[in-house]
Amino acid sequence: MKTNKMTFRSILPALVVFGLLSYGCTQKQLGSSDDAAAKVYVAPGEYDEFYGFFSGGYNGQLSVYGLPSGRHLYTIPVFSQSASSGYGYSEETKAMLNTSHGFVPWGDAHHPELSQTNGETDGRWVFINENNTPRIARIGLNDFKTQEIIEIPNSAGNHASSFVTPNTEYVSAATRFSVPMDDEDLQNMDVSIDSYKENFKGTISFIKVSDEGKMSIDFQIMMPGFDYDLSHAGKGPSNGWSFFTSYNSEEANTLLEINASKNDKDFIAAVNWEKAAQYAKEGKGRMIPGEHVRNYVDHSTGEVKSETLKEVRVLDPRELEGIVYFLPTPKSPHGVDVDPTGQYIAAGGKLSTVIPVHSFSKMQQAIENEDYEGEVMGIPVLKYDSILHGEVENPGLGPLHTEFDDKGYAYTTAFISSEIVKWDIEKTEVVDRIDVYYSPGHLMIPGGDSQNPDGKYLVALNKITKDRYLPTGPEMFHSAQLIDISGDKMKLLLDFPTEGEPHYAQAITREKVIENQTRFYKLEENNHPYAAKSEKQAKVVRDGNTVHVYMTAIRSHFFPDNIEGIKVGDEVYFHVTNLEQAWDVPHGFAIKGANNAELLIMPGETLTLKWEPKKPGVLPFYCTDFCSALHQEMQGYVRVSPEDSDVEITYGTGQ
Amino acid sequence: MKNKNRMWMALAALLLIGVYFFPIWSIGMEAPQYPEGIGMNITVNDINGKHPHDLENINGLNHYIGMKPITPESIPELKIMPFIFAFLIVSGLAIAWMGNRKWVLIWLGIFVLFALTGLVDFYLWGYDYGHNLNPNAPIKVPGMTYQPPLIGSKQLLNINATSMPHIGFYFALLSMGIAGWIWWREDDAENESPGSKNSKIAA
Repeated sequence: MKTNKMTFRSILPALVVFGLLSYGCTQKQLGSSDDAAAKVYVAPGEYDEFYGFFSGGYNGQLSVYGLPSGRHLYTIPVFSQSASSGYGYSEETKAMLNTSHGFVPWGDAHHPELSQTNGETDGRWVFINENNTPRIARIGLNDFKTQEIIEIPNSAGNHASSFVTPNTEYVSAATRFSVPMDDEDLQNMDVSIDSYKENFKGTISFIKVSDEGKMSIDFQIMMPGFDYDLSHAGKGPSNGWSFFTSYNSEEANTLLEINASKNDKDFIAAVNWEKAAQYAKEGKGRMIPGEHVRNYVDHSTGEVKSETLKEVRVLDPRELEGIVYFLPTPKSPHGVDVDPTGQYIAAGGKLSTVIPVHSFSKMQQAIENEDYEGEVMGIPVLKYDSILHGEVENPGLGPLHTEFDDKGYAYTTAFISSEIVKWDIEKTEVVDRIDVYYSPGHLMIPGGDSQNPDGKYLVALNKITKDRYLPTGPEMFHSAQLIDISGDKMKLLLDFPTEGEPHYAQAITREKVIENQTRFYKLEENNHPYAAKSEKQAKVVRDGNTVHVYMTAIRSHFFPDNIEGIKVGDEVYFHVTNLEQAWDVPHGFAIKGANNAELLIMPGETLTLKWEPKKPGVLPFYCTDFCSALHQEMQGYVRVSPEDSDVEITYGTGQ
Repeated sequence: MKNKNRMWMALAALLLIGVYFFPIWSIGMEAPQYPEGIGMNITVNDINGKHPHDLENINGLNHYIGMKPITPESIPELKIMPFIFAFLIVSGLAIAWMGNRKWVLIWLGIFVLFALTGLVDFYLWGYDYGHNLNPNAPIKVPGMTYQPPLIGSKQLLNINATSMPHIGFYFALLSMGIAGWIWWREDDAENESPGSKNSKIAA
């Protein structure tokens, strides 16, 4: 402990310098003008140009913003329960949060990634990863709902995820935290944490995505016990490869801020997924225990189903040649980003004074020439000098992430110096820089990690807000900044607050999304087993202590709205079907004493709330979404009698 | 009748097939909260929404003011109309085959009479829907009735209702026009041949 304290003291001066740098920017309204206002103004009733999908970070959700206005349009519940819609509370949706650890009501959402066809965003789905309990979600852009979540086994901290290959063949994942895994079947082990170097390992996973979107883990690659941080798939000439940054090649297990910052270079793992997929197809590697849960919406009933999968295929680079190579990269690299041509691989060496840019063709040449400087766990380490395209000098302090425009420029966030740096990819020279407020993490250009970027706007996703908005106490929303990148000089256009902590974001032109929008669910296609598709089908059925209420909701009444014969100790299930068949007429359902949430039921949908009354009396329920002029009248009563009462079940509306 | 006019008469009859494929009348409603409009089309045998589910939504709205739900199954006229048009088509073709000018006029007379009856009937239905309101309606505006206009636009509370003929109606109108024109042309033709009995009657 004493030595640790000493080390901490010795880095204090450095911390002070970093602190001064990040707090030093006090100038405020650079670049704001009437001109900027006109560029972000979206007139009443008009639409934004882009849909922006911003991860919610520690709120576990995915937020939707319009760009360039920065208006917050919607929040899609993904990895966390959402009491406002009943997501994760209703009987239908609870199973979406099932994992091999049981029901997990919260998640840490990181990197949204739009599905792609031919290297371009296609508007079918957006994927997003969860770090804490490793998972990947698939969200449909037809109804903006989480349609599937798959858990990643043999992983701890699913950070380097959820990046797609150019035709969405795969979405990838990698473990941020290596954990002890036994050599035979990768099972977590009860060993001393000090035995890190001996026992800890990592994995990289490739999840196959079917044409309908169904996800399944095709294979995992066993990796040395580093921390795998971020990723991007190759494209064009580098299609078939994916790149994963790693840090902690020191394999430290305590005080990583010091102990994992020692090596001059860590690694980018270049994975030949096409070759690995071929091995997997041929049955190479081996099947190991790898219990993981997959949850998906059954579209005919609207219910989420869960399945537990027991095994997973693992490929070992010590046994299978040519699936992984290490590219030495300074210094604890964070982001790894492949330019639109697919030729260059930029790394955000967060402690590095340069941005290293690797060349894919040089990498291939080096592999062919076996230009290796060593080997780690059977993985050849290529020589830095033989793969390097160039180093961008003076890129700001703490470079993290890079996105690209359609004119041959790259844009990198510098966290510590709180700026965005624009550089020429071919020449690896800085051409412009702009201050942002404060400390950007990721940045996003619509299509900026695809083969076809739309180089009009850039969004800086800043980690520190401080004084940018009216203060809201100690905690406040994060701050995003919209920057015009259409000209030679970057111009700041707009600040807008973002909920949770957006890590990465993606954006897509509205045309690719609007056309496929679901306005409501068709009642005739609702095959929910407890749906009442008309008031005639509404009923209350007792089965022992369980009571099923088949209820309908239409402007402005429930059927039934008077129910008697419920007893203390009953488990009552309200299956509420919204009979409306029009856009934007949801009904809500809430009942006094419910220990879960409300339901927010879309037209044509059936959702179920479980209710366990504890005391006799008459308890009201009502519609929680102002649905119509007589919304306040949309209410009803349930009579609860003592357990031993002989009150018969009766129900109705309007008698 | 001249062959050419007999062909035209056959065309007049056959044009009426169009009413089986296109709505005859439409009632559209506009309100701020219906930016895309909401409305219904009246066809030869049905009433349906301009968009899917419009009729359900119109009935949903109407229940607040106590208007009876519009249920096409319960309107007998919609069952009769297909047969009336079938009768007009078959008889029109027969008249074209016979080539008798007087029967063209009789056919046209029946057609016009039928059309007028239809409009009166439509007005009466509108009157009934608009006036015979459920006394327990949630929304009661003193003195307010909700009869849609027979033709044209009318402001009903926040809704601007527009009632207009639809394509099927214009098929019928064209058919009537052709029949009238044939009758008139035949008259001219017969005037040009002195001594004709018919021309004297017409004169």
